[in-house]
Amino acid sequence: MSVLDSKVPDGPIKDKWTKHKNNIDVVNPANKRLIDVIVVGTGLAGGSAAASLAEMGYNVKAFCYQDSPRRAHSIAAQGGINAAKNYQNDGDSTYRLFYDTVKGGDYRSREANVYRLAEVSTNIIDQCVAQGVPFARDYGGLLDNRSFGGVLVSRTFYAKGQTGQQLLLGAYSAMNRQINKGKIRMHNRHEMMDLVKVDGKARGIIARNLVTGEIERHSAHAVVIASGGYGNVFFLSTNAMGSNVSAAWKIHKKGAFFANPCYTQIHPTCIPRSGDDQAKLTLMSESLRNDGRIWVPAKKEDAIAIREGKKKAIDLSEEDRDYYLERRYPAFGNLVPRDVASRAAKERCDAGFGVNNTGEAVYLDFAAAIKRYGKTEASINGLNTEDEALVIKLGTKVVESKYGNLFQMYEKITDENPYVLPMKIYPAVHYTMGGVWVDYNLMTTVEGCYAAGEANFSEHGANRLGASALMQGLADGYFVLPYTIGNYLAKEIRTGEIPTDTPEFSEAEAAVKKQIDFFINNNGTKSVDHFHRRLGKVMWDKVGMSRNAKGLNEAIAEIKQIREEFYKDVRVLGTANGLNPELEKAGRVADFLELGELFAKDALDRNESCGGHFREESVEVGGEQDGEALRDDVNYRYVAAWEYKGEPSDAVLHKEALEFNDIELKQRSYK
Amino acid sequence: MNLTLKIWRQEDSKAKGAVETYPISDISPDSSFLEMLDVLNESLILKGIVPVAFDHDCREGICGMCSLYINGEAHGPDRKVTTCQLHMRMFKDGDTITIEPFRSAGFPVVKDLVVDRSAFDKIQQAGGYVSVNTSGNTQDANAIPIPKRDADKAFDAATCIGCGACVATCKNGSAMLYVSAKVSQFSLLPQGKVEANRRALNMVGKMDELGFGNCTNTGACEVECPKGISLDNIARMNRDFLKASTVSEEK
Repeated sequence: MSVLDSKVPDGPIKDKWTKHKNNIDVVNPANKRLIDVIVVGTGLAGGSAAASLAEMGYNVKAFCYQDSPRRAHSIAAQGGINAAKNYQNDGDSTYRLFYDTVKGGDYRSREANVYRLAEVSTNIIDQCVAQGVPFARDYGGLLDNRSFGGVLVSRTFYAKGQTGQQLLLGAYSAMNRQINKGKIRMHNRHEMMDLVKVDGKARGIIARNLVTGEIERHSAHAVVIASGGYGNVFFLSTNAMGSNVSAAWKIHKKGAFFANPCYTQIHPTCIPRSGDDQAKLTLMSESLRNDGRIWVPAKKEDAIAIREGKKKAIDLSEEDRDYYLERRYPAFGNLVPRDVASRAAKERCDAGFGVNNTGEAVYLDFAAAIKRYGKTEASINGLNTEDEALVIKLGTKVVESKYGNLFQMYEKITDENPYVLPMKIYPAVHYTMGGVWVDYNLMTTVEGCYAAGEANFSEHGANRLGASALMQGLADGYFVLPYTIGNYLAKEIRTGEIPTDTPEFSEAEAAVKKQIDFFINNNGTKSVDHFHRRLGKVMWDKVGMSRNAKGLNEAIAEIKQIREEFYKDVRVLGTANGLNPELEKAGRVADFLELGELFAKDALDRNESCGGHFREESVEVGGEQDGEALRDDVNYRYVAAWEYKGEPSDAVLHKEALEFNDIELKQRSYK
Repeated sequence: MNLTLKIWRQEDSKAKGAVETYPISDISPDSSFLEMLDVLNESLILKGIVPVAFDHDCREGICGMCSLYINGEAHGPDRKVTTCQLHMRMFKDGDTITIEPFRSAGFPVVKDLVVDRSAFDKIQQAGGYVSVNTSGNTQDANAIPIPKRDADKAFDAATCIGCGACVATCKNGSAMLYVSAKVSQFSLLPQGKVEANRRALNMVGKMDELGFGNCTNTGACEVECPKGISLDNIARMNRDFLKASTVSEEK
């Protein structure tokens, strides 16, 4: 039997969560005051968890590396948040959201967790509106919705292109209320350096005050890791510059299994790379695919002429354009899931039809939407619907009201006006479905240590649908963790305050100080970024959108090599006793260099194509699905949870078999 | 592009700072301003000079972490962008660019170009929220229709990213635009109206206590705000504050 116990409750799927909640031990309010909880990360998951736990009466100690909890990278999420409200009367339901999410995840998620997510999705919207989150509304004053990739209903709630910002500021305001009451002690500009375990239980963390450089000990009865994803292992990604795997990786090294590290989402609509000094990639929300049509030139000579600047997109007539998503996937068209859209873009560009100077870009065109909206507006206002200039003017206004900030962002970066010329887009690393393995209660394999939000693994399987990340982060933080953690903390009411003057804390602190001293005194010749860029290139070339055994084996060897050179030759200037961004980066890149190897190892083990993980050895041959990803449910219907054993190459694989009792496993067809 | 950079260097909050000059060459006009600083830092590291510390994170203009006073303007010469969205095409080959931290009594320097904006959090903690607990039983999100006009105005105010450009720009070091954005967002929404009086009194009180200056309606903050937060919000906050401090029983 596997060492992994998912602790999924018995009974029909629709009753599991209710039944489980009813059976959870409850901590009496007087005792909650005696219990401390550490929350690392203040994004949607961490922020909402910290606020909710504090409201319940626990003493929360929250940590973020930014100068304010409001800056966590959830703030950058643009498009929206799903909820099965069925306000549009298009047949949406908890079951349909559950079904879409499991299917979208290519049947590699844990069914019971996804059902619970769909179930609490409606509560999230109610909660956020009650907090004063200004969602988009229609003229009747009711909430508006839009569609996202991979689904056929309109269930996405949004606030222009700044949904993540508004939701995070909602959680931040809930935190502020508790900080004001003294129930949350907020530690800004602090980085978690290690987890402290006492008698096998998570009992605290070692943190570095990034301003003073001081190494601090913090204790608690439970530790929650909500530190986000690890997309920056690719160096270039849509993540924030500081986003890192370190908190998750530190608990992995202390016994928490790391699940499905190879499941990475390469988002189809990002602004293409422009030069070698580029430090990050910018996402253009998937919501744009509601109204934008994706195409490349149908003829290679046109693509070449465009790349050489001899032709422009608008010079090409309709017949000379290849709307390849509409052609290949007539049912879903431009709204296929992200993994499908990304691979299709890469396929066209690899075949020589890419459109910017690097040959790595496709068009996202709003001309048709502008005309369509313009006609409707003209008609509503009793104006001439045949007046093309007027129609374009009115339509542009509608598109601006929907996506104004995204268009502005695009123009600032590329210096091109997307209302006139089609946008150029290309896939980029965006989200990591893999993460710390957790059971149904969100507890990791370390007792008393929890993981929430993008940092854990469970809900999105091998591919996340759009507008599901915000839903999961807030579900975990507002509605799941605050209940499930009670089951564990109910046993802690007699423990008393956890002392920090113990050998366990001393030992962890000494190890942290040793690593910092090493970096400061290493006196190498190359910057941290030098190694990070090299790691990123190996990851993108060999562990990126499509993978094969040969490339993965090479990647494993190359990453190991880069790691060795890093320790020999990295140079970190400045001191440990104060703000030192280079020192912070060094610690994070050290962890990425280990994670990267495990990532490739996991991808090598999974000899099937599923979701964001495409193995060139595993494709459909012949028939309608020719060339599409081929999943292998007989051999790979499991969660790969890796146990740390020293070097990443020594990691031991544990399998959690995935059972699907309420959904039939199907070929994921979007044709 | 070849440029001369004049950058404020300061070891820590107590040290005395000074402007250092660094030449930099071969910068692409398509680079962002912060990528240009990345290139500078990379070259400094190779020379054994401690790189310049500056705040940044999302690099897409939404987290509010980046700051910088560039050639005497918060977030530089472009309009409605943060420093991370500023591109080098806004400058000319051969330019000299002066880069300083945000300057305000409310934002002490931490190191080089990094400042401490924790006062902003303290103002929010004084009342920038609706007092509602998490529960699965708040009323349905559509139970109270909100006129689209109000919802949109509340949203516009709520897009403030808390970067502090308004304070850094203001000759009085006033935080009125920042505070009024939050006060307005909530006072425009039925969910926030209940506490509107208390909120205005508490947030304004905290702002004054922390030493931010008053507003003299110059409007420089609105011009430099990367998110285009409107001065109307200040008027709305003043009205709320006046109402709360004269007729309200909660003062």
